[in-house]
Amino acid sequence: MNLEPILQVKDLNYIYSAGTPFEHKALENVSFTLNRGEFVGVIGHTGSGKSTLMQQLNGLLKPTSGQVILDGVDIWSDKKITRQARFRVGLVFQYPEYQLFEETVYKDIAFGPKNMGLSAEEIDRRVREAAGFVGITERQLQASPFDLSGGQKRRVAIAGVIAMEPEVLILDEPTAGLDPIGRAEILSNIESYRKAKNATIMMVSHSMEDVARMTDRLLVLYGSHLAMDAPPAEVFTHAQELVDMGLNIPQVTQIFLHLKQMGLDVDNVYTIEQAVSILSRLKEGKVHA
Amino acid sequence: MEENMKDIISAQKLAFRYQGLDGAPDVVVFENLNLSIKEGSFTAVLGTNGCGKSTLAKHFNSILLPSGGKVYVCGLDTSDPDRLMAVRRNVGMVFQNPDNQIVANVVEEDVAFGPENLGVASPEIRRRVDVALKQVGMYEYREHAPHLLSGGQKQRIAIAGVIAMEPRCIVLDEPTAMLDPQGRKDVMDTVKRLNQEKGITVILITHHMDEAAQADRVVVLNKGTVAADGTPREVFSQVKLLHQIGLAAPDSVELCWELNQQGFDLPLTMLNPKECAQALCDWLKA
Repeated sequence: MNLEPILQVKDLNYIYSAGTPFEHKALENVSFTLNRGEFVGVIGHTGSGKSTLMQQLNGLLKPTSGQVILDGVDIWSDKKITRQARFRVGLVFQYPEYQLFEETVYKDIAFGPKNMGLSAEEIDRRVREAAGFVGITERQLQASPFDLSGGQKRRVAIAGVIAMEPEVLILDEPTAGLDPIGRAEILSNIESYRKAKNATIMMVSHSMEDVARMTDRLLVLYGSHLAMDAPPAEVFTHAQELVDMGLNIPQVTQIFLHLKQMGLDVDNVYTIEQAVSILSRLKEGKVHA
Repeated sequence: MEENMKDIISAQKLAFRYQGLDGAPDVVVFENLNLSIKEGSFTAVLGTNGCGKSTLAKHFNSILLPSGGKVYVCGLDTSDPDRLMAVRRNVGMVFQNPDNQIVANVVEEDVAFGPENLGVASPEIRRRVDVALKQVGMYEYREHAPHLLSGGQKQRIAIAGVIAMEPRCIVLDEPTAMLDPQGRKDVMDTVKRLNQEKGITVILITHHMDEAAQADRVVVLNKGTVAADGTPREVFSQVKLLHQIGLAAPDSVELCWELNQQGFDLPLTMLNPKECAQALCDWLKA
């Protein structure tokens, strides 16, 4: 893959309530780069700095020190640039369906593009395209968002951010509280947006299985530091370290660790598909031998 | 009318509908649901979003009342207004978002909130709060501010608040949905300990199949009816049914299921990674 940086974080520090007795370092010396078209996962225990980091990336919080550089330009270099960053980097917070407020699904999705000052035709195009990405039908566009199911509401909320066509889409636990089908749908919606627009996705998740399946790279936050920055295959070889950080490894990875302990010569595995292919090859190799 | 006391909760021909707004038709959740929960058991309830899991849970302590049929809690009819307090004292609830359940500025005051409302005497409240905090492993944090705790810690405070009311049954509605892996594990360990050591009946609503696998009974709801009901092994081996409903089995079972799709013949009863690895190892060597 040809790596073209889109968002760079350099020596980022952020302190809440600096200079008061409640001073709290939320991020310390965090540096990494997100490339165009990449799907990056962020894992970390509660309070490790994940949400603070998200809010730094589109200028909702200003670094205490360090830089956030979007497409080569520091997002705090100029007021106009900061405002642009809020459109170019889209944030989807936890339980975004609680932020729906309009009379119709259409109006709700249109809210973001409207604020960008786009023409009516462009807004219409974007609303329909965004609805398409998340599988919201023409009929549902005219419905009240409050008449939809939980999973549908969440997809509408995500469409509202997608309609701004952000180059970087950041989502905080987009699948929390959904059933397995709802989870799979949302993840595939996000993936189709990434593919269509060569967008960068950053997904915060507590599900090791989801990040293993979807992402190219994982950022591991621990106690306000960036502890690891590597592909899932590599991150999940550090099973004990992850557990010590309050995290875990996917269930299939655990199964394969047990297999190794039982003396089988198998590689590290972190998705069911990989596991199936390795195991069936092993079994068939044996049958044919 | 007194019910068989072995069942701590029993829904009999339960019907429930949410009233439609502005002339819209009512939303029928249950038409005729029958379900009993044995005292001291640990039951997981699974189902897709919108299948009625939370609606059912709210019937177990009279937050919602049946439109038809009856729900009995410890033999008490939940629709009887005179029994409301008794029902709520027997069944405590813990919800998904810990931040919506914490009311006080100090952990121990938060845990005391429930028993205070029941009119328990002060020395007894003190005793119950200490016991409850020790049971969830949060006694050292009794003088901390709840909002500075992690999600898993907050959820254990919420559970302590419920057990300080000394209920016979706890209903947890997706208590781990917002937690990190360690927080999830701590909450699950706490719930299992309360069930095994204190004999408290546990009803756990969850989307995490590996949590449901730790219960002694799994009930699958689909469109307002019971689609499957049995031990975790019995229910999770019905992978096809679960997929049709829109659910899944724990990854250990899913892996064996996928291998079987390739023409192999593995058992679908391995619920945790260790068991699964053993079965795979035997199968590879066979």
